[in-house]
Amino acid sequence: MNGFMAVFKRELKGYFTTPVAYVFLIIFLFFAGYLTFRSGFYEMRQADLLVFFSHLPLLFVFMVPSTAMRLWSEERKSGSIELLLTLPITVTQAVWGKFIAAWAFLGIALLLTFPVPLTVYYLGSPDTGLIIVGYLGSFLMAGSYLAVGSFFSALSKNQVISFILSVVVCAILVYAGMPTTLDYLSGLLPGAALTMVARMSVLTHIESIQRGVLEFKDIAFFVISILCWIWACTIILNEKKAS
Amino acid sequence: MISVDRLCRSFGSLVAVNDISFEVQKGQVLGFLGPNGAGKSTAMKILACFLEPDSGTASICGYDIRKNSLDVRRCLGYLAESSPAYGEMTVGSFLNFVCDARAIRGAKRRRALDRIVPMCSIESVYHQSIETLSKGYKRRVGLAQALIHDPQVLILDEPTDGLDPNQKYEVRCLINEMAGEKCIIISTHILEEVEAICSRTVIIARGKILADSTPNELKEKYQCSLDEVFRNITSSAQAAL
Repeated sequence: MNGFMAVFKRELKGYFTTPVAYVFLIIFLFFAGYLTFRSGFYEMRQADLLVFFSHLPLLFVFMVPSTAMRLWSEERKSGSIELLLTLPITVTQAVWGKFIAAWAFLGIALLLTFPVPLTVYYLGSPDTGLIIVGYLGSFLMAGSYLAVGSFFSALSKNQVISFILSVVVCAILVYAGMPTTLDYLSGLLPGAALTMVARMSVLTHIESIQRGVLEFKDIAFFVISILCWIWACTIILNEKKAS
Repeated sequence: MISVDRLCRSFGSLVAVNDISFEVQKGQVLGFLGPNGAGKSTAMKILACFLEPDSGTASICGYDIRKNSLDVRRCLGYLAESSPAYGEMTVGSFLNFVCDARAIRGAKRRRALDRIVPMCSIESVYHQSIETLSKGYKRRVGLAQALIHDPQVLILDEPTDGLDPNQKYEVRCLINEMAGEKCIIISTHILEEVEAICSRTVIIARGKILADSTPNELKEKYQCSLDEVFRNITSSAQAAL
């Protein structure tokens, strides 16, 4: 537990001692706000956050890998991984410490979008439960992207490579559930395979959560994908830590 | 306190450490000597539980490096070759992070920091970020990190590399002071250092141990300076291949 807490504390503090956090937060908040108000937030005349939430899956495709890419690439490139893993810290503790710290940071970023719900509360009386569920779903989705990102960060010493690979994988996970993709695939694949593709997509699950339908299968999808990618990340690190 | 038993490790077709065995007792300072690429660092990384051996094992403070790697790391102080650290952290926050990881808290932490900071003479850079430090200071921060929990066993990979002559002298004094109650392995290229601080020398080339003796015995046996002994032993190993 010591090892986990030490890594977690160091990582979370680390975001705020470098400009990384501030640059990230400013850009993320700008786009989260801009996309919401541009795509008819007022014109809908509805007191909910559906417009805001609907942009997050794609926005996260770029924003989350940019926080994840440095997690292990930097550590391996600078050699500080040798220091970290000769302290009494196991690889598993280090992987989870870093992951949870980065996830907490993304949680802070999400919380800082509070002016958007405040606007809705000012203009009307929205369903509070729906907003909370929407935020929880978005947080889970951010976690699953982050797990993908930390896997690719462990895979390559080069931050640019790990960024690009995780953007591509996250984008595939989102686009697989887009109606356009599914329409196109419906001509090529049998029905069962098509449902499979749709169910593999982040989009299918996040959309039902954001509509307020909190189902076990959707939550399990995110939790399982986090566990699998993090597990893979641990294996890769055990293999490659010294190379 | 350290016993190494037939350790082997290779990277692809390159055999870095080939069947190494030795023991080090408390109060001994073992100097690991060898040309570049002899396998010194690899052997030390294995002992520090960063690399796993292909075969063979070692025990440190009675803990096996394969089975109880966490316990080994708890009782060991390790300084890696390039003294890696987190550049963006200040020296103070870095040492506090190491204390966190080693579960040194409260009054114990204050005592540890009060002891180690003057000992490694890093008071003047305590609030500076590590990436802005000179090589010598970085090395001393690495040393402070390795000594902060007052370990029984120390493994130092080229501890005086990059230091100026005065700093080298200070580090040697530091090692001599600690030598009595600890068990220390250092690796080095500098032969005068071996004579100054080591009570035992192991010469290694191409992953094999070629000599295991004291510096004085080696000089007597070959009737020449340690420089020539080193050259004789290691170059005949190259020629044999």
